[in-house]
Amino acid sequence: MTVDWQPLLLTFKLASVTTAILLCIGVPFAWWLANTRMRFKPAIEALVSMPLVLPPSVLGFYLLLAFSPEHWFGQWLDRVAGLRLAFSFEGLVVASVIFSFPFLVHPVQAAFQNLPRSLTDAARVLGKSNWQTFMHVLLPNIKPALLSGTVLAFAHTVGEFGVVLMIGGNLPNETRVASIAIYDEVEALNYAAANFYAAVLFCLSFLILLLVYFVNRKALK
Amino acid sequence: MIRATINMRLHGTNGEFQLDASLNIAEGEFIALFGPSGVGKTTLLRCLAGLELPEQGNIVISGETWLDTAARINLAPQQRHIGYMFQDYALFPNMTVRGNLEFALRKDRNKKRIDELLALMDLGELQQRKPETLSGGQKQRVALARALASEPSLLLLDEPFSALDAEMRTRLHDEILRLQRHFGITTIIVSHDVGEVYKLASRVMMMEGGRIVRQGSPNDVFSVGQTSGKFRFSGEILAIEPMDVLFSLTVLVGNQIVRVVAMKDEASALHPGDRVMLVSKAFNPMVLKLD
Repeated sequence: MTVDWQPLLLTFKLASVTTAILLCIGVPFAWWLANTRMRFKPAIEALVSMPLVLPPSVLGFYLLLAFSPEHWFGQWLDRVAGLRLAFSFEGLVVASVIFSFPFLVHPVQAAFQNLPRSLTDAARVLGKSNWQTFMHVLLPNIKPALLSGTVLAFAHTVGEFGVVLMIGGNLPNETRVASIAIYDEVEALNYAAANFYAAVLFCLSFLILLLVYFVNRKALK
Repeated sequence: MIRATINMRLHGTNGEFQLDASLNIAEGEFIALFGPSGVGKTTLLRCLAGLELPEQGNIVISGETWLDTAARINLAPQQRHIGYMFQDYALFPNMTVRGNLEFALRKDRNKKRIDELLALMDLGELQQRKPETLSGGQKQRVALARALASEPSLLLLDEPFSALDAEMRTRLHDEILRLQRHFGITTIIVSHDVGEVYKLASRVMMMEGGRIVRQGSPNDVFSVGQTSGKFRFSGEILAIEPMDVLFSLTVLVGNQIVRVVAMKDEASALHPGDRVMLVSKAFNPMVLKLD
């Protein structure tokens, strides 16, 4: 059996890029959500949590419509940025970011909310800007949540199937991630290859979760 | 020199009330804001620090305007240059004792100040420890040292001693007095402990329902219409034992255990665990000088 490593590599590329983007936008967003007193906060929180309860096919379906060159949003993206998101790796990244958003935002937001307010007050009184306070006081004190959020978002992107299938299809080297490859190989009755991908994902997911629980237990001590 | 008037609506446990206070404080004074909880003492302090924005008010410190709601001036806490000690200490858990102090240092200041403060507060041995490994009293000292590290022109202390036992309190009272005199820094402390106020403050502002109802030296404020020829102590009954025709009550007053005598009918109404008030004539007590 010759093993095609491409789907696995693509999966980890997708998960890494997605997690990096999530960290950049998700952590500030979680901080904002933890501190805002806006009236629409519950609506925003509900929206963020939607991927937890929606079937991935629903999200994938709407994203597919929006990304399609027939749709105004797809047209606009194509015209302004030259991006065609449907059936492309970039499209998968956008979808994965949306889909894994709550997995990062929830633990980080909860951790920010649990920090005593006096820590921020103390830093401000000591003359520190909001940015300095965020970097030197807030972030270092939510490390466990930051780690578990990052790892969960990564793992969840690795395990994604429905959304990818809807908007990515099955293009080798572009959108054919491991979860899709498994489905594909089974369809072709090629159980050995399917078993290989499945076993790798199974072991990896277990190891990742083990790491999270292990680190969190250490942090609690 | 501090002049401030603060006006804002507050939501207390007994409904809404108006915080309406004006302060006039000279340089180097040690002021106590005294009163029961929920009268706006902490809010007043937070307004001075810029952590809370009053609906109306102005604050002028040594000729510099920190707040003037009419002119829309409101200096951020970062620009006010104050030392603030929080009720929960608010030490940064990710930094060592030394790290906490260094973080407080203004950019252009040299680090000698840190060493000086560590020595002054007897924290040298603890400087590499993280706050979670410190006892309450040690955290307290670190918080005080940190508040002083940035060489503030005004020191604000929000009930800094409420979580400590009596012995620790006394030690820290001495410490704070020593430091306040050492640096000559104008200080405002929030407290609801009469003994503490007596010991520390040169002037008390007594607050009730959002207003400063009385102010003056601790002696003047606390003895208005209250001077009495009796001692009063409140305590808790630990044990009641019969003694011939009388009863002996063992009572915990503060952290002292005293034994007093009670008549049978008095004792029959009492049970161990009851809170009681002991009143005694202050006629001819022994007066012993301390220190």
